[in-house]
Amino acid sequence: MSELGADGVSVAFAGLKALSEVTLRVASGQIVGLIGPNGAGKTTLVNALTGFQPVTAGAVTLDGAPLAGLRPHEVRCKGIARTFQGGRLFRDLPVIDNLEVTGVALGLSRAAAIAEAEQMLAWMGISHLAGRIAGTLPYTDERRVAIGRALIRAPAFLLLDEPAAGMSAPEAADLSALIRRIAGERGIGVLLIEHNVGLVLGLCDPIVVLDSGAVIETGPPAAIKASEKVRHAYMGTAADTDLPVLESGLEVLE
Amino acid sequence: MASLLQVLFDALSLGSLYALGALGIALIFGVMRLVNFAHGDVIAFSLFALLWPSTDAVAIVFAGNLPWFLLIPFTLAIGAGLSVLSELVVFRRFRRANPATMMIASFALGFVIRYFLLMLFTSRPKSIALLPALSQPVEILGARIPLLQLITILVTLAVLIGLTLFLRRTRFGLEMRAAAENFTMARMLGVRANRVIMGAFALSGALAAASALILGSQTGTANIMMGANVMLMAFIATVIGGMGSLAGAVLAGFLLGAIATVMQVILPPDARAFRDAFVYGAVILVLIFRPQGLLSARGAKERV
Repeated sequence: MSELGADGVSVAFAGLKALSEVTLRVASGQIVGLIGPNGAGKTTLVNALTGFQPVTAGAVTLDGAPLAGLRPHEVRCKGIARTFQGGRLFRDLPVIDNLEVTGVALGLSRAAAIAEAEQMLAWMGISHLAGRIAGTLPYTDERRVAIGRALIRAPAFLLLDEPAAGMSAPEAADLSALIRRIAGERGIGVLLIEHNVGLVLGLCDPIVVLDSGAVIETGPPAAIKASEKVRHAYMGTAADTDLPVLESGLEVLE
Repeated sequence: MASLLQVLFDALSLGSLYALGALGIALIFGVMRLVNFAHGDVIAFSLFALLWPSTDAVAIVFAGNLPWFLLIPFTLAIGAGLSVLSELVVFRRFRRANPATMMIASFALGFVIRYFLLMLFTSRPKSIALLPALSQPVEILGARIPLLQLITILVTLAVLIGLTLFLRRTRFGLEMRAAAENFTMARMLGVRANRVIMGAFALSGALAAASALILGSQTGTANIMMGANVMLMAFIATVIGGMGSLAGAVLAGFLLGAIATVMQVILPPDARAFRDAFVYGAVILVLIFRPQGLLSARGAKERV
């Protein structure tokens, strides 16, 4: 059992507070959701958790020990992997090389890296994509490969930054099944950032809601759906109006 | 038939020279978005390293007297060494600078190297007989081809195949391809940036030295300006090849060699002096129709 945590993490850009005293925990095998309106600081939090963004105050911890001052690839070596919005593959390289280079960079020999890359593609059921040039892949496959790349060398935690953006409902359902397998079969702790609130409500427990850089609510899906504060953050209105984002999200899920 | 073959070999050997130069520039551009204008001066330096410093017209050949199996590795090591040194001393400090700043720095470095040579050797071209055995002709299907031309072409092909295998089959090659594609991402994944960049500089410097050996044997002279023309053509080749695309750079290098050779043959004698103007005219035409280059490196484009 392992635990990744943010303890009162604050990040300020030139005096502007992007995050203020955010605390959250992700444990092995757990799927934690992170939602919030645009500009709430979701990606900043992921950046802070993965060493891309130094924190102004507070600490990022792995099993209680602070990860201060580590660079992104050192954080990755500690078993905290992430994906990026839009995939960010090496577009001129074949899919298999995209996975392989990660293994190599993380210290595997070439042969071992190729073997692991092949296993990973097989586990994800996309072995047929191995030889394709990454830049020619359709959107959804590109995302899958990006997730596969992040899973190389068995990280303990996986942070997914809007993996479902632009996906259709069936595609998002496939993704959701994949995320369940990642947590269930591989015991990885997942932090899922998504705009597709329906996806998060159906998949994650607990869910953390961020607004203007601060956590405004944490709890199981039912509590989040019922929350006045979440409603307000998303809609900027009082409680009695419906919350179409949540409703339509749930429809997608059912 | 024989004369056609002659033109073909001329085109291939000139193209080889441009392709080697273009490859040296594209390798570095790929990993750090730097157009290294000092490349031509690394070529000159590699050749002058075989001479003893003197101001006489006749060169005092020093390391140039080594047998070929020592001479070639020695020269390649000089080129690679100077190139790595320029990365350590100059370019490393500009890692985060914008590409224009780095380009100016490379101009400055080129001048430093050139004037260093000027100081030691004066600006007078020096005659040297490098690998004299290569100047005899061989007969192929009735055409008399200088052995050197043949070797230039074969060496270039060997370099291209070797480099391709290196990039495809080795761990370092894989890291380099990833870094050329998306440097920041590769670095985030843990690819050791400094090592990759140093490797690119070493390879590029060795390619410059190979150009130096070929140029030196072809012309029989060492001239501190000798790299300038190759550098210019090589730079143009990387641009029309699609900045950062290695295959494009090589292809465009051969294309430029072919255009120049064909112009030499088909232009009326009075116009031959202006051959390069016609070559550059052709370059302008290519860029009008394919401003992104023949084979554009996809990684260089911004994603929408």
